[in-house]
Amino acid sequence: MAAEALKLQAAGSVARRQWVARASRYLFLGATLAALSILALLMFLTAKEGLGRLELDFITNYPSRFADKAGIRPALLGTIWVVGVGVVLAIPIAVGTAIWIEEFAPKNGLLAFVKLNLANLAGVPSIIYGILGLAVFVRFYNMGPVILAAGFTLALMIIPMTVIASQEAIRQVPPSQRDGALALGATRWQAVWHSVLPSAVPGIMTGIILAVSRAVGETAAIIMIGGFTFLQFSPSIFTPIQSLMDAFTILPIQIYGWTIDPREEFRQNAAAAIIVLMVGVMALNIGAALIRERFRRS
Amino acid sequence: MSLASAGDLPGQSLPEGSLDKRLLRRPHELAILGVLLLCAAVSLITTALIIFVLVRETLTFFEVVSFQDFFLETKWQPLYEPVSFGIWELVAGTLNVTLWALIFAVPLGLATAIYLSEYAASRTRKLVKPVLEALAGVPTVVYAYFALTYVTQDILQPLLGKDNVPIFNAMAASIMLAVMILPTIASISEDAMANVPRDLREAAYGLGATRLEVATRVVVPAALSGIIAAILLAIARVIGETMIVAIAAGSTPNLTLNPLEGVQTMTGFMLQVGLGDAARGTIDYQALFAVGSMLFVITFMVNLGAYWFVRRYREEYE
Repeated sequence: MAAEALKLQAAGSVARRQWVARASRYLFLGATLAALSILALLMFLTAKEGLGRLELDFITNYPSRFADKAGIRPALLGTIWVVGVGVVLAIPIAVGTAIWIEEFAPKNGLLAFVKLNLANLAGVPSIIYGILGLAVFVRFYNMGPVILAAGFTLALMIIPMTVIASQEAIRQVPPSQRDGALALGATRWQAVWHSVLPSAVPGIMTGIILAVSRAVGETAAIIMIGGFTFLQFSPSIFTPIQSLMDAFTILPIQIYGWTIDPREEFRQNAAAAIIVLMVGVMALNIGAALIRERFRRS
Repeated sequence: MSLASAGDLPGQSLPEGSLDKRLLRRPHELAILGVLLLCAAVSLITTALIIFVLVRETLTFFEVVSFQDFFLETKWQPLYEPVSFGIWELVAGTLNVTLWALIFAVPLGLATAIYLSEYAASRTRKLVKPVLEALAGVPTVVYAYFALTYVTQDILQPLLGKDNVPIFNAMAASIMLAVMILPTIASISEDAMANVPRDLREAAYGLGATRLEVATRVVVPAALSGIIAAILLAIARVIGETMIVAIAAGSTPNLTLNPLEGVQTMTGFMLQVGLGDAARGTIDYQALFAVGSMLFVITFMVNLGAYWFVRRYREEYE
């Protein structure tokens, strides 16, 4: 009988509010799933469209007027070259900046300005980096539309985000670790190099991989440099210095070219190239997530 | 050991001077410090270079085209006669896609953030959030392909009629821009909501509020500066995005907010010039930088606003 009396049953406006609250869960869940499922559907359609073209020929052939003979060889190699150059240039500069900010910078107005400047640079549209590269590297230094100019431009573009990720990683290292090294008589640099940095490496790696994944997909900035070309050769790895001064194109630009081509057959090529690009980007993202996960557990 | 070294006893902080004296032992570390300082200078030089290049070419542009023509004319037609340089058609194009992208992305993004922060089990949240963040890494040229081939040709045209939807239209671009910024809005808003102190929620539940009421009347208002920061960052990304609008929205400057027309954005024009390989010293080349300056100033202001709001919400609860 007591249990009966305690069984509260809301009525009137309270019941309505509770019903609305219960219904709202499904509304919010629906919204969460909506965008994800639209995107999943689009990816599926692209995969279906492109898989038929995805043969070895497609990877190893040069572009062609005939859709079924066209391939992504120069675009794929160009992507590896340009991103490789950009990353090799960006890593030391970005990590050095992060170390200076977190470990050596005097806490004053200059530091605040450097941080504000980085936050702003990370938000500058990539096409602005493109016209910067066009004006400075391609035209002023007269490099022309070559791999090196694109690499420099990509480096400038990914430095801010890599710095911010590296700062985050350095800040995660417990201060006691640094203090311990200092207490044993280490100089500031010795403490950073032998104690702080080794612990921050996984976090820095995660940041670098994510920056690489962004660089791999960058299109607009590289078009401004002059990467929208139709090439019948690819840069040689045996003469790397000359290759830096070669004309190039990259995979996202190849996708752009095939997407805007009015001929129906080329749509399939664009889809197949998107599969290749997405596999690369996904692999990088999963790699970053795995490193972060291992880092968290230890 | 003499008593004078008592300052080095454990538990007491190191005297500042002793660390500097250690440097004398290894003077080459001063060189390392110099290199680090140079690294930090690179980002300052980058900003200086961006501003220098934009200002220089823009000034040359304004030697040929007057301020009045740029800001008071409404027609943007720089590449063929009669030339006209009214920036507003390009600004309107950018505004058009930004507006429509926000109309789609803000409700969906906030709903996603509310679901993840207030409704979902922590296991669901841990699964969905990384997926959302990975979406932010999808190259925008892929979204551009989706917009042109699927959204326009397979969805909008059959749905609204081929006569009403041109092949290049602002709507398809806006829909994919919305998908592009949704992770930004959802993820940063969710962070802000998760930072709202538990006490506020408990107090509202104690007063008899339902979960929905707690979410919409307590958590969202309390996280508002973080949510505004998220939306501002998303706006800056839309304004600066190039490939989606260049491929799907077309290249016709058009002073309209109607999403079913083709438009050209500021970035769309810049890419068009970039594809055409404008020679240095020509008016197209200078127009490229004039539009670039406009784009830079607008995104700079929006980003600065976002930075200000982020700092404000960090101060509130952390």
